[in-house]
Amino acid sequence: MNALMKNTPNARSGRFFKDHLFVIVCLLAAGVCIAVLGVMLASIIVQGMEHLDTQLLQNPPSRKPEKAGIYPAMIGTVYICLVCAVTAIPLGVGTAILLEEFKPRQRTLARLHGVVQLNITNLAGVPSVVYGILGMTAFVELFQVLGSPSDPIWTIGTTDNWYYIQLPFGRGVLAGGLTLMLVVLPIIIISSQEALRAVPNSLRQGALALGSTRWQMVWGTTLPAAIPGIMTGTILAMSRAIGEAAPILIIAGVVYITFTPEHLMDDFTAMPLQIYDWASRPQESFHHVAASGILVLMAILLTFNAVAVIIRQKFQR
Amino acid sequence: MFAIKKPSVLAAALTVTALSLFGASNTVHAQALKGTVKIDGSSTVYPITEAVAEEFGAENRKVRVTVGISGTGGGFKRFSTGETDVSDASRPIKKKELDKAIENGVEFIEIPVAYDGLSIVVNKDNDFVDALTVDELKKIFLDGSTVKTWQDVRPEWPAVEVKLYAPGTDSGTFDYFKEVVAGKTGSIRADMSVSEDDNVLVRGVAGSKGAIGFFGCAYYFENADKLRAVPIDGGKGAVLPDKGTIESGEYAPFSRPLFIYVNAKAADRPEVNAFVEFYLENAPELAEEVGYVRLPSEIIALTQGNYRARKTGTQFLDENGEKVRGPLTEVYR
Repeated sequence: MNALMKNTPNARSGRFFKDHLFVIVCLLAAGVCIAVLGVMLASIIVQGMEHLDTQLLQNPPSRKPEKAGIYPAMIGTVYICLVCAVTAIPLGVGTAILLEEFKPRQRTLARLHGVVQLNITNLAGVPSVVYGILGMTAFVELFQVLGSPSDPIWTIGTTDNWYYIQLPFGRGVLAGGLTLMLVVLPIIIISSQEALRAVPNSLRQGALALGSTRWQMVWGTTLPAAIPGIMTGTILAMSRAIGEAAPILIIAGVVYITFTPEHLMDDFTAMPLQIYDWASRPQESFHHVAASGILVLMAILLTFNAVAVIIRQKFQR
Repeated sequence: MFAIKKPSVLAAALTVTALSLFGASNTVHAQALKGTVKIDGSSTVYPITEAVAEEFGAENRKVRVTVGISGTGGGFKRFSTGETDVSDASRPIKKKELDKAIENGVEFIEIPVAYDGLSIVVNKDNDFVDALTVDELKKIFLDGSTVKTWQDVRPEWPAVEVKLYAPGTDSGTFDYFKEVVAGKTGSIRADMSVSEDDNVLVRGVAGSKGAIGFFGCAYYFENADKLRAVPIDGGKGAVLPDKGTIESGEYAPFSRPLFIYVNAKAADRPEVNAFVEFYLENAPELAEEVGYVRLPSEIIALTQGNYRARKTGTQFLDENGEKVRGPLTEVYR
C-alpha cells in the first residue's frame, strides 16, 4: 500500500494529512473519555480513602460518619445480584436462542416473532424506575389478587429457613432480585442475540449436515461459539444491575438496617441506596463516606466482572 | 379510687408493663426483647430516627429495626395500610391520609420529636437583601409571579435576575413552604430549579448571585460559609434562623415540628413500645446532635403523657377536618 502511495506525490500530502488528522481526532475522543473517568476516579479516591477501612466494611450505618459502615448494604447487594444473575442469565439466553435459532416459518408465528423482537428492543430503553413500579405490583404485591405481603396465602418453610418463600413475595431479597432481572433482561437478550448472530452459518450447516438435531446444533456448536459474546453482554448487564438505585428504592425503601437478610423474603438494602443517602446528607464528612462506599461498590463490581472475564477467556480458547 | 376513667387505667397498666420491661432489661436473667420495628417516611426525620435506632440497637441487639426514606407522603401510604409500625413525617398528617388510615382501621399516636427551621437562603455576594417579609416571598414564589429581577421585589434593590431553587415537590419541606406561602388553595410557580438532593440546591444558590432557595436549616448550618440566610419578617420584625429563635417560635412562620406517628396496635408489642419510649427519652439530645433543634421539655412531657395514655389521632386536624395551626405548645394543650 505504502509503495503505491509514494508513486503519487500529488495525492500524498492531502490524503496523508487527512489520515493523520483522523487518527488525532480519534485519539482526542478516546482521551477525553479516559480523562473524565480519570478525574472522577481520582476525586472519589481522594475523598474516599479517609473512611476506607475495616469499620466501613463491618459496621451497619451510623449517625457518626467515622463509625458508619456499609456491611448490611454490601451483603444485600451481593444477594440481590446473585438472584438477578441466576434468573436473568438463563431466561435471557434462552429467549435469545429462541429468537435467533428457532425462527418460525409460519406466517402468523413469524409476525408474533417480530412483535416480541420489537418489544424487547423497546424495553431496553425503559427507565429503570418503571421496572421498580412493575416489580412492586408484580412481585411484592402479586397484583393484589392473592393475599397481602403481611398475610401470605402460601408459604414454604418458616422464616428460620433460608429458603423460606411466601406468596406474595413482599419487600424482600427475592422481589428485589427479580426486579433487577426485569431491568437487565432486555440487555442480556439483545447482546446474546448479537453474539449468536455472529456465529458463522457454516458451523450450523456443518452440524446439521453431520446429522445433529437443531437442539444438538445449538447446544453443541452455536452456543459454545457464542459464549464469549454472551458473557460480554452479561457483564454489562450485571454492571447495570449492581448500580441501580431507583428500582431498589421502590422495592426495599429501607436505608437503615443493621442485619443481613436471613431468608429470601427478608428486608434488605443495597449499596447504591446507602450511598445516595450519605451523599444527600448536609454534613460534608458523610459525602466522604459516600465516596468510600463508591470505592467498595466498584471493587465488588470489578470482582464480578473479573469472574465473567475469566469464564469468557476459557471459552475463547 | 374506683372511679378512674378507662383510659387512665389502661395507661397505668401500660406504664407498669413498660416499667417492668425496663426493669427486666437491667436484671441478669432478663429475657431480651425480640421482634421487628418497621419504620419508613420522611428523609428529613431520618437522621433522628437513625440515631435513635442506632442507640436502641446497641441495647437491644435482638430487635430488628429498619428505617426507610420513602418521603413523608410515601411513608404515610405504607403506614395507613398497617404495613409499617412507625412513620417519620416532616409535616402533620393530611386529611386524605387520615381518612385512608381510618378506612383501614389503623389508629395512631402522633409524637413531635424535634423542631426544624426552614431557611431561606441567598448567595454570599448578595448584599442587598437584608430581610424579606412573607408578602415579598409570596410575590416571588407564587404561581403567576411577575418577579424577574430583585428590583421587582423591592424597587430600591438592583435589577439582578432572580433564580429560584426549591426541594422536590414530593418532600414535606416543599409542602410546608407551600402551605405557609401559598396557603391552602394557592400554588407555587413551576419555573424553579428543583432537586430532591438539598446539596444540589446549596451548590446552585452558592453559584449564582441572584439566587434564592429554601431548605431545612441543617443544610444551612453546615454551609453557613457558602450561603447567607435571609432574616424573615413574619410581622414582628426580621428574625434570623438559629437554635434559639427556632425553639422559641420567634422564627415564624418557618419553624416547623417534625413528627413520628406510631401505629397504636403495634405500640402494644413490647419491642415497638420499648423503641418509642426510648425515642421519647433520647430524641432531644440525638436531634440536636444530628443538626435539629430540641423540643422544649414541657412539650416532651406532654407528648410522653399522650403516648402512655395511648391518645390516638392527630392534633392538627379538628373534627371537621380543618387544619389547626399555631405553635406546638398551643396545639398540644
